Amino acid sequence: METNSYLDMELLRFSTAGSVDDGKSTLIGRLLYDSKSIFQDQYEAIEESSRRKGDETVNLALLTDGLRAEREQGITIDVAYRYFATPKRKFIIADTPGHIQYTRNMVTGSSTSNLSIILVDARHGVVEQTCRHTFLSSLLGIPHVVFCINKMDLVDYSEEVFEEIKSDLEAFSSKLNVKDIHFLPMSALNGDNVVNKSKNMDWYQGSTLMYLLENIHIGSDYNHIDCRFPVQYVVRPKSEKYPDYRGYAGRIAGGVFKPGDEVAVLPSGFTSKINSIETMDGSLAEAFAPMSVTITLEDDIDVSRGDMIVRENNQPTVSQDIDVMICWLNDKKMILRGKYAIKHTSNDVRCIIKEVKYKMNINTLHRIEDDKEIAMNDIARISIRTTKPLLYDKYTRNRATGSLILIDEATNETVGAGMLI
Amino acid sequence: MESYSLTHLQELESEAIYVLREVASQFENPALLFSGGKDSIIVAHMARKAFWPGKMPFPLVHVDTGHNFPETIAFRDKYVKDIGANLIVGSVQQSIDERKSIEETGYNASRNALQTVTLLDTIEEYKFDCAMGGARRDEEKARAKERFFSHRDDFGQWDPKNQRPELWNIFNGLKNMGEHFRVFPISNWTEMDVWQYILQEKIDIPSIYLAHERDVFVRDGVIMSACDFIEQRDSEPTFKQTVRFRTIGDATCTGAVESDADSIGKIIEEVAAARTTERGTRSDDKRSEAAMEDRKKQGYF
Repeated sequence: METNSYLDMELLRFSTAGSVDDGKSTLIGRLLYDSKSIFQDQYEAIEESSRRKGDETVNLALLTDGLRAEREQGITIDVAYRYFATPKRKFIIADTPGHIQYTRNMVTGSSTSNLSIILVDARHGVVEQTCRHTFLSSLLGIPHVVFCINKMDLVDYSEEVFEEIKSDLEAFSSKLNVKDIHFLPMSALNGDNVVNKSKNMDWYQGSTLMYLLENIHIGSDYNHIDCRFPVQYVVRPKSEKYPDYRGYAGRIAGGVFKPGDEVAVLPSGFTSKINSIETMDGSLAEAFAPMSVTITLEDDIDVSRGDMIVRENNQPTVSQDIDVMICWLNDKKMILRGKYAIKHTSNDVRCIIKEVKYKMNINTLHRIEDDKEIAMNDIARISIRTTKPLLYDKYTRNRATGSLILIDEATNETVGAGMLI
Repeated sequence: MESYSLTHLQELESEAIYVLREVASQFENPALLFSGGKDSIIVAHMARKAFWPGKMPFPLVHVDTGHNFPETIAFRDKYVKDIGANLIVGSVQQSIDERKSIEETGYNASRNALQTVTLLDTIEEYKFDCAMGGARRDEEKARAKERFFSHRDDFGQWDPKNQRPELWNIFNGLKNMGEHFRVFPISNWTEMDVWQYILQEKIDIPSIYLAHERDVFVRDGVIMSACDFIEQRDSEPTFKQTVRFRTIGDATCTGAVESDADSIGKIIEEVAAARTTERGTRSDDKRSEAAMEDRKKQGYF
């Protein structure tokens, strides 16, 4: 790998959704192996182990096989992060295993993903779990979804089978909000269309999974339209060199900021102009999500953590009465009329749960209106009232300003993940 | 339309700076653990960036085993002076003198395990409510599921069964009296990312990371530095060799590798090549089911 080309790589975060036998471990093993991210000795060890078990081919699933041991040790199975790189991109895999607490794990692991890989067993086609994975990917606003129709070797690499599953998936996905969908026929076990193009499926003209992962356009995954800068920290050196310096530090949540821009500071509504956008390496001509920068303003106005700097003519919603799609993450059920702490961007507020509008059946997408008890792994639309106004956008518009967490004030545990509507 | 995208190093840096600022905002008395190793150096580097032109609003804490490479301590003291940071040293020697720790004796004696006592004592003495460190998720399996914000109970213990879910970039640092947090700003970095960042940012590192000639001896197939803290056996003669260290820890348990990588660029080539050859030539590799299991425990995929 050349030193310079490595410095130009992009970062892609993806999550893999799957149940126990759909070949997810094999697929991850295959990606790691075929991208040469596996040590030689590791490979030889699993080769030996596979041979002894009488497998004809090397069982790549053994590479990601830590979970069984974890189960034995009684550690909670949740998201594990794995890393690999090709000369084009660095990849972070949020590996969210299994059926137990599936929703909670997938929501947690996928919350920052650019892309979701959903495995479908070619023999079984679209099953309940496929619908669930697809719905959650859509709910979490993951920009790219790749359906891998796996185990094509077990259906004689049949184009007909692939096309049938594809049209079922298209029909289901049309009810959801997914921006970019891909379908590809695959055999993770044999490596067909994972990194190398399949020799068994001439009828498939599309790209391999690795090609997609390396080339899919992720530059637009962040919102570069609505300028949002939640103030995270106020830098005041009070030093000899910088006696009166006031800089507002934070990570840009949306839009493109430039010196000279006319801005408003919320919630006060005071207006000013951006004087400079600074980093230790020098001033910037522009800054965009997800950069961490420090902004100075031309006027000396009172700005503190929790405030948001926006463009005057493009402002977020400001409200105390808010509807949220909530995913419940805790053993303790949600309490109607109960009070919870909220963290939203750099803001801390409290809220009361006013109403449960409906619960989702995430397998059928039906609304459940007669059972409003919200327990672990449930997804529901609720109404809350906050102690002070939130400055927010719809989650579908901006994942950073449209998301919040609910915290149990007695235990300090994070109990709910909320997507603002 | 213009393309607004960051390189992976820019994005990782931005994420780490965000975490560092979040720590400064959510905790009253945080500290940054600083060993003088490459990982803690890049965290300190980004802490400078996060609060520039102000100073980083927390001290550096070094848990000193007393068995250091002299190069590391020289580097530490110069670094702290150059950036004007506040350094607190927790001394393992002092813990031993106060009989809080018991010195290991014998052939493979090391103070590595004693660091925990001193660390927790230092946290208690200075009433730190958050200790940041340079641990990475790619280092080992247990860390692959570690959170950025990792909650510790009032005994300083980690309960992996009861971790808080961590969503988006919203970090929950709320805690009760007596509890504290460990925070890992470079969770998502790999060893390769760290070296590339050091190259890109032209960051100074202790000289022993680079190839140099050194008095060494071989113990159990590992090249060790000859020093006052280790008693060599007659069968372990000292000789000169060109080596470098891949990690910097307690001198009694940190082995060197034979290498002529005398620049960061060459180290990067070495790390890249190590993907296929390094482990394969190791003397302790036994191709058995048990070895596989053991290595998994150490953090293999």
